[in-house]
Amino acid sequence: MEEAEAIRRVAGALLTGGGAIGVGIGVGLITAKYLEGIARQPELQPYLFTQLLIGMGLVDAIPIVSLAIGLLFLFT
Amino acid sequence: MASKELNSTDYIEHHLTNLTYGKCPDGTWSFAEVHGKSQVAGTEASCNISEMGFWAFQVDTLFMSVLLGMGMIFFMRRVAKNASSSKPSRVQNAVEYLVTLVRDQVQDNFTADKNPLMGPLALTIFVWVFLMNLMDLIPIDLVPWIVNGFAAPNAEGGAIHYFKVLPVADINAPMGMALGVLILIHYYSIKNKGLGGFLAELTFQPYGKWMAPINVIFEIPGFYAKQLALGLRLYGNLFAGEMIFILIALFFGGFFSSVTGVLAGVAGLALNFIWAVFHILVVILQAFLFMVLTLVYLQQAHEHH
Repeated sequence: MEEAEAIRRVAGALLTGGGAIGVGIGVGLITAKYLEGIARQPELQPYLFTQLLIGMGLVDAIPIVSLAIGLLFLFT
Repeated sequence: MASKELNSTDYIEHHLTNLTYGKCPDGTWSFAEVHGKSQVAGTEASCNISEMGFWAFQVDTLFMSVLLGMGMIFFMRRVAKNASSSKPSRVQNAVEYLVTLVRDQVQDNFTADKNPLMGPLALTIFVWVFLMNLMDLIPIDLVPWIVNGFAAPNAEGGAIHYFKVLPVADINAPMGMALGVLILIHYYSIKNKGLGGFLAELTFQPYGKWMAPINVIFEIPGFYAKQLALGLRLYGNLFAGEMIFILIALFFGGFFSSVTGVLAGVAGLALNFIWAVFHILVVILQAFLFMVLTLVYLQQAHEHH
C-alpha cells in the first residue's frame, strides 16, 4: 500500500473514532443528568425527555459529520 | 448483467453523485459528464461537475424535494377540505394528531409575542424534512434502477444513469433550509428589536459596550455557527445513514456467485434490517430537532432585553 493511501486510511479511522469518543462522553453526561432529574421529579419526565433529545441532537451533530467524512475517506 | 465490472469504490461513488445540470465554462448548459460519459443517455455533456462551479443544479435533489413538498401540500389540503367533526376519517385523525404534536411544541418553545406564522412554519418544516428523510428507507438501488430504464448503472443503453433519491444527503437541500431560517431570524430580529437593538445584542454582550470589538469576535461566530450547525446536523446524520446503507449494500455483491456470497448476502439482509429500524428513530428525531431548533432560534429573535 502506498504511503498516501495509508495516511488517508489512518485519517479516516481517527475521524470516526475520535468523534465517537467525544459523543460517548457527551451523551453519557446528558443521559446521567436526565436520569438524576427524573429520579428527583418523576412528573417532569415527558418535558425532560424532549430536552434530552434536543441536547443529544446538538451534541450529535459534529461527530456525525466527522463519521460521515471518515467513512468517505475509508471507502472511496 | 453488466457490461463492465464495477468495483466497490465505483459503486459508492455512483451513489454519491448527483444528477447535475449546469453551465459549463464554455457557456453551454448541459448535464454533467462523469467518467467520460454524459449522465443522461442521448445528450452531449461538455464538462464534469466540478467545472460547473456556481451554476450547477442538482436536478434529482430539486425534483425529489419539490415533489415531496407538493405532495404534502395537496395531501394536507385534501384532508382539510374533507374534514368533518361528526365523522372524522382515519386519515383526518392521523393528521390531527400530527398538527396537535406540532402545535404543542410551538406553544412550549415559542413563548414570545403571538406570531401566526410560527405554527404553519413549524408544521411545514417538520413534515417536509420528515418526508425527505424518509426517502432514506427506500432501498438504495431501487429508484436509480427504475430511472435508468430497469438496467444496471454501468450497462450499455439505459436512460438516466445517476439519480440520488435522498435530497437531504446532498448538502444543498439542508443548507438551503437553514439559509431560509437564517433570513427569517434576521427579519424578525430587526422587526422586533430594530436594527439598533439587533446590532446592540451582537456588540454589547457579554462585556458591556466599551469592549465592543471583543464582543463582536465572540458573538458573530456564535450567531452564525448555530445556523451552520442546523443545516450540517441534518445533512451529516442523513449522509452518514445513507453511507452505511451503501456499505451494507456491498454485502450483496456476490450473491449469485458462491456460497460465501450467499452467506454475506444473508448477513447483509440482517444488517440492513437492524440499521433501517434504528434509522426510523434518526429520521423522526432529525425532523423534530430541525423544527424545535428553528422555533428556539426564532424565539430568541423575538425576545426583548
